[in-house]
Amino acid sequence: MALPLERTCPATGLKLFGVAETLVRWNAVAAVVFLLLGFLWVIPTTLNRVLGPEVVPPNLYYQATFLHGWNMLIFWILFFEVALLYFAASAILKTPLALPQLAWGGFGLMLGGAVLINYLGMAQPLSFLPFTPYVPLKAPSLFYLAVLLFAVGAILAVLVFFLTLHRAWKTKAYGPSMPLAAFGALTAAILATSTLLSGAIAFIPAFLWSLGLLPSLDPLWWRHTYWGFGHGAQQVNLAAMVTAWYLLALFTVGGTTPSERLSRIAFLLYLLGINLGSAHHLLTEPTGALSSAWTWVNTGYLIHVAVLGSLIHAFSVPAAIERGLRIKGFSQGLFTWLLRAPWGNPGFSALFLSVLLFGLLGGVSGVTMGSYDMNLKWHNTLAVVGHFKGTVVVGTSLAFMGLTYYLLPLLFRRKVVLPRLAAWQPWLFGLGMALLSLAMMRLGVVYGLPRRFGDTFQFGGSPFGFAYPPEASTLLVAMGVGGALSLAGGLLFVLLVVGSLLWGKRLSDEEIRLTYAVRSEEGSVTPKGVYLLALLFLAFFLLYYLYNHYFLSQAWPIGVR
Amino acid sequence: MALYPPKDWHNEPVTPEERTWLTLAALFAIVFLSAFMGIWHLTGRQTTHGEAYRVDPQAYRQKVLEFTEQHRVGELNGIPVVAPPPGDIYLMAQAFSWYPVLKLEEGETYRLHVGSVDFPHGFSLYPHEWSLQLYPGYEWVYTFKPTEAGEYTLVCNDYCGLGHHTMLGRILVEKSRR
Ligand SMILES: [Cu+2]
Repeated sequence: MALPLERTCPATGLKLFGVAETLVRWNAVAAVVFLLLGFLWVIPTTLNRVLGPEVVPPNLYYQATFLHGWNMLIFWILFFEVALLYFAASAILKTPLALPQLAWGGFGLMLGGAVLINYLGMAQPLSFLPFTPYVPLKAPSLFYLAVLLFAVGAILAVLVFFLTLHRAWKTKAYGPSMPLAAFGALTAAILATSTLLSGAIAFIPAFLWSLGLLPSLDPLWWRHTYWGFGHGAQQVNLAAMVTAWYLLALFTVGGTTPSERLSRIAFLLYLLGINLGSAHHLLTEPTGALSSAWTWVNTGYLIHVAVLGSLIHAFSVPAAIERGLRIKGFSQGLFTWLLRAPWGNPGFSALFLSVLLFGLLGGVSGVTMGSYDMNLKWHNTLAVVGHFKGTVVVGTSLAFMGLTYYLLPLLFRRKVVLPRLAAWQPWLFGLGMALLSLAMMRLGVVYGLPRRFGDTFQFGGSPFGFAYPPEASTLLVAMGVGGALSLAGGLLFVLLVVGSLLWGKRLSDEEIRLTYAVRSEEGSVTPKGVYLLALLFLAFFLLYYLYNHYFLSQAWPIGVR
Repeated sequence: MALYPPKDWHNEPVTPEERTWLTLAALFAIVFLSAFMGIWHLTGRQTTHGEAYRVDPQAYRQKVLEFTEQHRVGELNGIPVVAPPPGDIYLMAQAFSWYPVLKLEEGETYRLHVGSVDFPHGFSLYPHEWSLQLYPGYEWVYTFKPTEAGEYTLVCNDYCGLGHHTMLGRILVEKSRR
């Protein structure tokens, strides 16, 4: 379809340049395609856990886990993040994309890597390595090559972002200071650079080793370096998600942060606190492997600086929502604004659920399990997966889904089809996933159910088998119900996106301006409601953290000096 | 325009609510969490404090076999059962089994040497006490005390190959004889 070289978005006033817009579209479409693959590959996993290995054999389970993990955690999220970077650099900063050929090259490499990994996962069982492919587990060389192709593609995308940013800064295209959303995207891009470099440092030797060119790799060194990539990637997601939150608060209710300064400082704290050592993934090795002091500085002071950043956003983002709604006139009492919020708008409910569930499920559990010794209870159990669903899925994915409801009209100029169903989609997905996440965390921490385990009931006929207590089956059923609900919500999302692209009503400039009025509410109010909620949240956080340590204290003593 | 910051945002005052929140959040994140972690690690009864040695997997296997011969009291499902006195005990993880079966006494203190001789493995007990990460080339040493008699299952909880879910072992804890 022919694209205008440049147009001004009638609703946002953003400048949309032809090439950048096309790249944003292609990356967003690729993201949704891999999201669909990820959804389909989770079906065998869930069935195996709930119905047992007679229905879904262990091999299929391992295959499905491999493909679900890569498609969701890497391909869906990274393609979307690249779209977000280009959107921030070009549209928000009102600058044409620098070196678009490089951006296309990056897209090609990322796509190539992603397709190759999907092919390998279909073709041969030897490549079903877990998402943490610790050496000396060995995959076919093509696997490491595919990861490297994808990573190089992503590095090119980040490079294009930096170059465009530089151009925008030189021409002062965006006014005196950089907008908050671009600042958040910049944070994500800086984190992505260090993450991708760690990935290269881990995967290049692994590739050479798989070819037989290196005799062996030290497993401790490899695990550590791998986590510079694996953990850093989650920090990129965090920064991108928070950026999406600020954008959505503005798009849905016209809310702006109470303090630009504080929100920016919070992004800076992410940069300072990023844990290149990623020590908290190596907490179940004895202190003889890594020194106590080193580990404590990494997982104590350094990571808690990033936690402070998150706590600042945890106040600022909901406060932005409350400010927008209060200035709109819903100012009585403590919570009238929340009751009168635009609940029929999927962009808003996705934002609300993403903030709430990320905070309560993902954030709190992450800090707790990342605590030095608490990992003894959580490590490699289903609880880790439950935490994961609470961060990347109900947090990042839901925020990205919410933003998509705005990208469809603003970039694709299509009206979202089936608005009634769209209004339900975030609830179905978010609440289903919350149930799944809670069930997984309890199964893992209390009963020790392992993650990535192809046969929870019969252990492949091992003579040392045993039976979990009946409560475990109840929780497994809750997992199944939660999984089914969120899967329905997820597939509905894909249906809505594809449906809107194909059959959505084409919007004229005037219609976009009327339906998607994106403007900030001007004025100043005190976010009293959020202030109270934030204090309650902190109290919950404290109790949860202390309770977990009480629970740990009930285990067999270990490591006593 | 909304997307772009107000002109003099550098000089805007931070509201009292936000100042309070910032103080509380900083105290909680940087002071409480960090201090609690450090204190627990130094004084807690469940910590990852232990020793680690680089080891050649074959040498480690040899050590475990010798230990097994020395304390062997029987056999369970084809795996030797050992009943060592309190002190140093050895355990080996390999795809897809645990060797040997340990017979321990409630309330005694042991120094558990544990290592993998091939792939990454996860050491986890059912009923659930704690999980540890293993991989070849390293031998971990932890002191620990089983506090309740019973039959425990050792579950491998890190993926180690297509037979991973069959990798179970036993630890038997007997009532104290004292
Ligand atoms: Cu295993």
